[in-house]
Amino acid sequence: MANVLVVAELSEDGKLKKSTLSAITFARQALPAVGGAIHIVVLGANTAAAAAELAGYGAAKIQCVDDASLAHYTAEHYAPSVVAAAQGVSLIVATASSFGKDLLPRVAAKLDAAFAGDCAGVAVEGGKLVYKRPMFAGNAFGYCTLDTPVQVATARQSEFTPAEPSGGSSPIEKLAKAAPGAAAARVEFVGLEAVKSARPELTDAKVVVSGGRALKEKFFEVMEPLADAVGAAIGASRAAVDAGYAPGDFQVGQTGKIVAPQLYVAVGISGAIQHIAGMKSSKVIVAINKDPEAPIFQIADYGLVADLFQAVPALTAELKKRHG
Amino acid sequence: MKVLVALKRVADPDNANKVKIAAGGGAVDTTGLEWKPNPFDEYALEAALRLTENGKAPKARLGEVVVVTLGPKEVEQTLRAALATGADRAIRVDVTDEQLDGRLVAKALQAIVAAEKPDVVLMGKQAVDGDSNQVGQRLAELLDWPMATFAATIKEEDSALLVGREVDGGVLTLRVKLPALVTVDLRIVAPHSVFSKATEAGFKYNDGVRFAPLPAIMAAKKKPLDVKTLAELVPGASLSTKYLKFERPAQRAAGVKVKDVSELVEKLANVAKVI
Ligand SMILES: Cc1cc2nc3c(=O)[nH]c(=O)nc-3n(C[C@H](O)[C@H](O)[C@H](O)COP(=O)(O)OP(=O)(O)OC[C@H]3O[C@@H](n4cnc5c(N)ncnc54)[C@H](O)[C@@H]3O)c2cc1C
Ligand SMILES: Nc1ncnc2c1ncn2[C@@H]1O[C@H](COP(=O)(O)O)[C@@H](O)[C@H]1O
Repeated sequence: MANVLVVAELSEDGKLKKSTLSAITFARQALPAVGGAIHIVVLGANTAAAAAELAGYGAAKIQCVDDASLAHYTAEHYAPSVVAAAQGVSLIVATASSFGKDLLPRVAAKLDAAFAGDCAGVAVEGGKLVYKRPMFAGNAFGYCTLDTPVQVATARQSEFTPAEPSGGSSPIEKLAKAAPGAAAARVEFVGLEAVKSARPELTDAKVVVSGGRALKEKFFEVMEPLADAVGAAIGASRAAVDAGYAPGDFQVGQTGKIVAPQLYVAVGISGAIQHIAGMKSSKVIVAINKDPEAPIFQIADYGLVADLFQAVPALTAELKKRHG
Repeated sequence: MKVLVALKRVADPDNANKVKIAAGGGAVDTTGLEWKPNPFDEYALEAALRLTENGKAPKARLGEVVVVTLGPKEVEQTLRAALATGADRAIRVDVTDEQLDGRLVAKALQAIVAAEKPDVVLMGKQAVDGDSNQVGQRLAELLDWPMATFAATIKEEDSALLVGREVDGGVLTLRVKLPALVTVDLRIVAPHSVFSKATEAGFKYNDGVRFAPLPAIMAAKKKPLDVKTLAELVPGASLSTKYLKFERPAQRAAGVKVKDVSELVEKLANVAKVI
């Protein structure tokens, strides 16, 4: 009977990333169609701690691939080992983070497998897996099947709540790193310029405050105190990033990060469809914009027509009062 | 340097309320949508031009740029536009979008790369119709080439590219030895994003993609455009991703306008209960 393989994601310093738990949820939902058990593969230079953390999620086994060449993620080194770990597997899944988006299509090609990326859902219909995919900047959902012996998919993190531990202790096995192809010798990790922040990650923050082009050079001056007042992650529109007001990994949208917090506050953002595609699943949306006709108001639960340079500091002050 | 750029024509989803689902849910109805090149592929073409020139003298191509598309005859318009902005040659694989999925596109491009032998393949990170984000990664694997996806910067070095990638935690820099494949992100067309070896450090490009002057549009009509069939590139090609149905997502209803910050905070605390 075939199994489902979850590819775990570790941070640069080898810690398990919470995004992995969304892929486990996806795997659990897909399992009835696949039939067997969940397996997890963990790759890195030192995977023991991450593997131990994953042992309580009901996987039939956890395979660890430890190798110095896996310390920094590159698809060229990782893909062959994911394939090696996929013996007896008919579905391979990871979360659609920049890691999963980069790696899994490469894994799929290695197996000549069809791939469904950034799935918002997976269902079992007539014994087959049907993947629900957002398309056209979130203006349509397409439902597709993959007709290859092995199927490969990534899960949209905001649509799959992190799996809860199910008890037990999965056996942990070692797996030797598979020999990579010629490509691996031709790629070199040079460095990661990490945006350091004590704030929660955009993709799993309960509150996200996002700034747009209107913030100009005052982006951080205005947005940071607001974020701090409610323990929020900071996001941005493409225009704010393009203009250099905010770093690239702040971008929320169709082609940036997809977020679905309890509360999303859009500040000086017009509400282009590409932006909305990344935040419209938020539970409550607040928009602050001086233009009463801005499209963002069409999807906001609470709209405030105001100059952000006055409204945001006032909001920050009120929120601080409440949170002491 | 020889660069191959993959260019897809997409139905522009920019106007949200124009995306319709055909009765029965069997297809996305694209009538009324504007066709345009996938923006990420236009950016890839701009990056290819920057990599094959001295930024100061962009009329002289220091290498060759070949654009390739898989699509019906109408897509030749898009290819001619690419030729007008500076690409040297174009290839069209004659198919309809319904005959393709990411797996087949990658296989067809693999055959074209084998014949063309470029030093670099540049393409968009995703096509904004299917939002699939897979062809580049697949093609790199089929070729056994190194890849750098989601590129925000590219700097040419001796037989290598130094690529800054936009990833979740920041910017990750990779060095890939040629031949290599790069998929581009939005920031690749910023003024200081791409440097060929000929372009001096500090050179500032105009933000965005370049436009073709009229004489170039005329001249582009004479540039070579080859047509191939999918069958000659991928014998026995068959779809492995099948869309059963489409639907519109539930629309969010507009909420209320609040008169000031106090009312907003009151609503968030007592009605929405999110703070
Ligand atoms: C291929 C492609 C992919 C894209 N992907 C994304 C994506 O992932 N994410 C994304 O966000 N965009 C994306 N975009 C861009 C998108 O189309 C919009 O251009 C962008 O979202 C606009 O950003 P903005 O709302 O900050 O800027 P603008 O549209 O310029 O809006 C600024 C807003 O600020 C308001 N304002 C100005 N001054 C004040 C003030 N003092 N107080 C209050 N309000 C004020 C204005 O009324 C206006 O509504 C993409 C575009 C393309 C073509
Ligand atoms: N029909 C096509 N013709 C040419 N290039 C394509 C086609 N489909 C996809 N591509 C290329 O593959 C990239 C990623 O597309 P996708 O994986 O479909 O999101 C696009 O940005 C294009 O460069």
